[in-house]
Amino acid sequence: MITLQHFLIIGISLFSIGLTTVIIKKNAILVLLGIELMLNGANVNLIGFSTNDPQIQGQIFSLFVIVVAAAEAVVALAIVVRVYQYFNTSNVDEPKELKG
Amino acid sequence: MNWMTTIFYFFGAITVLSALGILFTRNVLHATFLLMLSFFSVAGIYVLGNASFIGVTQLLIYVGGILILMVFGLMLTTKLNGKALVTENHNRLIGVLLGTVFFSILSYIIIFSANFEMLKSNKTLPENAVEFIGINLMSNYLIPFEIAAILLLVALIGAAVISEKRKEKQE
Amino acid sequence: MSNETASFGEILIYLIGGIVFISGGLFTAWIIRPKRPNEEKLTTYESGEDPLGGAWGQVNIRFYVIALIFLLFEVEIVFLFPWATVFGREELIEATDGLWGWVALSEMFVFIFILALGLAYAWRKGYLEWDKPEIKPSDFKGPVPTEKYNAINHKYSKFTSEQPKK
Repeated sequence: MITLQHFLIIGISLFSIGLTTVIIKKNAILVLLGIELMLNGANVNLIGFSTNDPQIQGQIFSLFVIVVAAAEAVVALAIVVRVYQYFNTSNVDEPKELKG
Repeated sequence: MNWMTTIFYFFGAITVLSALGILFTRNVLHATFLLMLSFFSVAGIYVLGNASFIGVTQLLIYVGGILILMVFGLMLTTKLNGKALVTENHNRLIGVLLGTVFFSILSYIIIFSANFEMLKSNKTLPENAVEFIGINLMSNYLIPFEIAAILLLVALIGAAVISEKRKEKQE
Repeated sequence: MSNETASFGEILIYLIGGIVFISGGLFTAWIIRPKRPNEEKLTTYESGEDPLGGAWGQVNIRFYVIALIFLLFEVEIVFLFPWATVFGREELIEATDGLWGWVALSEMFVFIFILALGLAYAWRKGYLEWDKPEIKPSDFKGPVPTEKYNAINHKYSKFTSEQPKK
């Protein structure tokens, strides 16, 4: 029997691994990968809770989460590419000046 | 332990192990492919949670779309020296500490102190989830649905403008 | 366990079968093949061009915009799919006095129109245009005039025998 706790454990594992990835990695693309992992962890939680919901609101909400994640990844990668073209690096701690 | 639970443990193990692999590998391309593996098995977990439509959406958008975009972004931001693309770590202590503390607190709450008995009900899920989602998208969730379209439009225009070639500023 | 989840079990069986067959074939080949490599065999294309440079090439940024538009319309397909299963349902249309079909149809058209605005913007701004190399006509002038070439081509073309006699 798959219980709610199973889903929640998977969800928080993904979330904490994503959080750690965001904090310790230098490459901006890997930071984005960490953010996607965190979003997936949240989605697993939503799916887990919606297994008990006859209105399956969790599923519809996670559908919108996926769509917003797509929009977020698109814009974030565009910014990373621009920063790379300007500063010639994709490490997050090297560009120190805001003025372009 | 029936076979559904076995498959769930299998997918969960693949998910968590490949996510840990992203944390430990230094090669950025390997990290991207490990993320693909992780997304695949998360889709399997969705299907086991009676959310097959979300699982298919996960495969379509995450594996087929966002990861392709990630690989493109990776190839646009590399120096061409023929070496493998590696990354370094920083803030290692605080990152691992924060992740571990977060994980242990939340898993303690989930396993020992939270009480989910109220959620246990004998209500049945809708027979056909895809049709249910379709009806709800056209009635209860109509405004979020249209706003999602506007959000995607804004994201497309913004990303296209940001990533456009600006020759006069490059020189 | 619902029926839908059970039908995904067949997909799992297909996946496992595919993995077993492919790895079984590769493993059998690895066992029974002779392994005598030499330098010529280890090149990328054994009887072709030697590749220059590494496998990592800088990608044109225009691919990124194309991938962006692809992702946008993929999201549209995900929303179209549950809509397509319900918008023509007779009992829903009868229950709402014919209003359901029109509302669903017009809402989806609004959705597609908003997304198509993005495509139109990218098209109009020229993000879909490819940088074409300019073809410069050569100013080389050979000693043989063009008419001679044309005459020879004409003489040996297929239709020579059908030409009227001079």
